[in-house]
Amino acid sequence: MAENKSKTVLNRGSVQKIRELGLLGFIVILSVFIQCRNPSFLTAENLNDLITNTAILSLLSVGMMMVIITRGIDLSIGATLALSGMITAMTVRSHPALSPFLALLLGTTIGLLCGIVIGFLVAKTSILPIIATLGMMNVFRGMTFLISGGRWVSAHQMSSSFKHIATGSIFGVNHLILIAIITYLIFYYFINHTRTGRKIYAVGSNPQSARISGINVDRTLWLVYAIMGALTGLSGVLWVSKFASAQSNTAMGYEMNVIAACVVGGVSIAGGTGKVSGLLSGVLLLGILNNALPLLNVSPFWQDAIQGGIILLAVIVGALVRRNTDKKNLIGREE
Amino acid sequence: MSKYILELKGITKTFPGVKALDNVCFQLKPGEIHALMGENGAGKSTFIKIITGVHQPDEGEIYFKGEQVVIDNPNDSKKLGIAAIYQHATSYPDLSVTENIFIGHEYICPQTKRLLWKKMNAKAQEYLDELGANFESTTMMKALSVAQQQIVEIAKALSANAEVIIMDEPTSSLTTSESEDLYRIAESLRDSGTSIIFISHRFEDMYRLADIVTVLRDSKYIGTWGVNEVSNEDLIKAMVGREITQLFPEKKRVLGKEILKVHGLGKIGYFSDISFTLRKGEILGLTGLVGAGRTELCQAIFGIHSYDKGHIYLEGSEVEINHPSDAMQLGIGYLPEDRQAQGLILEWGLEKNISLSALDKISRNGWLNKKEEIKIAKRLADKVNVKARSVFDLAKQLSGGNQQKVVVAKLLTADLKIIILDEPTKGVDVGAKSAIFEIMTDLAVQGYAIIMISSEMPEILGMSDRILVMREGRITAEMTGEEASQERILEAAMKKTA
Repeated sequence: MAENKSKTVLNRGSVQKIRELGLLGFIVILSVFIQCRNPSFLTAENLNDLITNTAILSLLSVGMMMVIITRGIDLSIGATLALSGMITAMTVRSHPALSPFLALLLGTTIGLLCGIVIGFLVAKTSILPIIATLGMMNVFRGMTFLISGGRWVSAHQMSSSFKHIATGSIFGVNHLILIAIITYLIFYYFINHTRTGRKIYAVGSNPQSARISGINVDRTLWLVYAIMGALTGLSGVLWVSKFASAQSNTAMGYEMNVIAACVVGGVSIAGGTGKVSGLLSGVLLLGILNNALPLLNVSPFWQDAIQGGIILLAVIVGALVRRNTDKKNLIGREE
Repeated sequence: MSKYILELKGITKTFPGVKALDNVCFQLKPGEIHALMGENGAGKSTFIKIITGVHQPDEGEIYFKGEQVVIDNPNDSKKLGIAAIYQHATSYPDLSVTENIFIGHEYICPQTKRLLWKKMNAKAQEYLDELGANFESTTMMKALSVAQQQIVEIAKALSANAEVIIMDEPTSSLTTSESEDLYRIAESLRDSGTSIIFISHRFEDMYRLADIVTVLRDSKYIGTWGVNEVSNEDLIKAMVGREITQLFPEKKRVLGKEILKVHGLGKIGYFSDISFTLRKGEILGLTGLVGAGRTELCQAIFGIHSYDKGHIYLEGSEVEINHPSDAMQLGIGYLPEDRQAQGLILEWGLEKNISLSALDKISRNGWLNKKEEIKIAKRLADKVNVKARSVFDLAKQLSGGNQQKVVVAKLLTADLKIIILDEPTKGVDVGAKSAIFEIMTDLAVQGYAIIMISSEMPEILGMSDRILVMREGRITAEMTGEEASQERILEAAMKKTA
């Protein structure tokens, strides 16, 4: 297929690659800088920590990428994560013998149900995604407070097999990392090589054309939010297991980190564009920032602001590259 | 003083890699309607953008009333009294007509800087009355039809004291009677001394309205003629650079058996009591004024909208169509009127566009077979003769005519029996038009049944085996291609119920 590609496509592809390479270059420079300031950054132990800590963010980002590709957004994931994490933790508290697999399944199912509700609102009632998910965010968060009575489920109330989900490893690779890798492989093929993946892009690029081409737009939207919910539910269990505590305010505001990772990774909020490879570098950048700023002894008061500044910088560079491509395309039209 | 109000000499404009205009000359007299014609991509738009200051020429001179001027930006041309009215009205839908007319040059009280709405409303109404408009200056812009919005654009030009008005394809979305109103307005403007540059693909417009016609081809100036001294054939030859002997292919098809039967179809507020049949290999022309319910009827048959009453029979058995995917499964395809907004995904390559309605065909158990996709796309792009460097070209890089061919290719991926074409040649140049007609005829010969919605009389008369005329949601006439005439169709489209 590659040898058939015409010159224009190569150009367009290469621009996308330049953008991704630019981001990777930025990450390399940043890493070198951090390494100079604190040599413990690039040690196997710290890198393992970094990737383990980024695994949950990366899971959520794949789901969010698909939502954003369909021109939507999901603000409810922090709350969904807390709800599924809390219900799972409470179940584990009352049934310590519960198998870890069933715990994962339970959390994922709860997330899936939340996603199905949101998908229904977005696809069938034509409420704007930002409004629908804002509303459901509050509903889910409220439900978490209600069922927990505002109390925590803490480490000593969880079985060790449950805590083992996030701390254990196979062949020296942490479970979280394995789950993230498997998820990425699945979704890479899902997005790029299946009919449904193509439909998701079509719906986001031009909903009207997609509909007239015989694509069931409603069903596609519904599916995307359901997948987002299931991934969030899974992340909820992993989160609670990793931090060995379930709280009512778990992951409050975390959706913004996820959205930021997508945007830095080149997923356009206008819909229709976004690639798994780009997303990975976006997730990596956020992971490094979260890991390195404490290492550099940056005051916690400054960490958020610096993180925000670097995200903006990355997005501005991306926008400049895109503007250049668009200009070239415009000139192409005059021919 | 020069006898020309606007004169351009030796205009050349180069974009990186392309010469968009090559030594083009143009002269406009006061009180003249000057048609500017040429195929898509001939350089008309660039030329207009030079006059309105959007682009600056690399070489050449512009004279306004005999004095050399430099037009650096759109404001300069506005100050000289040049106004442009574009194909798609560039208005503010949520503002009133008055606000649209006076935007940028409002009446302001010199002391308090207050906007003088009363005065503006009255003045706007004056312009509207002068142009014979049937709406108030306080109406919201979005409540107006396309034709009415164009009148507002003209009023806006008048309010800016424009002496030269450029109209870029003003009639492309108007019906015959609305066009007639526009002609009348243009003529009255000319009689009061305003000069008009008129761009159109429609020969009827040019013959009806223009005094003089200038033709551009391949970025070059070809010639200027008085409208009465040049024949249709010569003009087409000048525009296309080759002779198109016949715009419409010959009708020599054998009609097959009845494939579609619509009985008593109705949707409140849009159409009612629609019954007709369609045979294999037949091209059925569906015409009438814009707003007569043609598009809504076809979209109901295709499942985009629902219908409240009536039955649709396909090959003798009744079918229910609730969604475009139902229709496509039954073998009905629809080519939408607005190919950019509804037919294509502009940022995608041709191969992905073409395969979009046939994803089932190129996938097994949900997995896409991209080799198969490219193969099908290549075959179909060749079949409809798309001019592109490869099937990986992006849809937005193609000209309007080629984009339309891609949408047709997309229809051919599905196993269709019936194809509904909604204004298939809208905004497409002469060369591409004849290509699209040829494809349609080919398809009909192969046994496809075709419904063609069109507002253009010559193409309805030239292409259809049978013609249905709609007015206010009802079919008011049915005639065969042989017995049809422009007069009969117009009468059926416009007659008032007693």
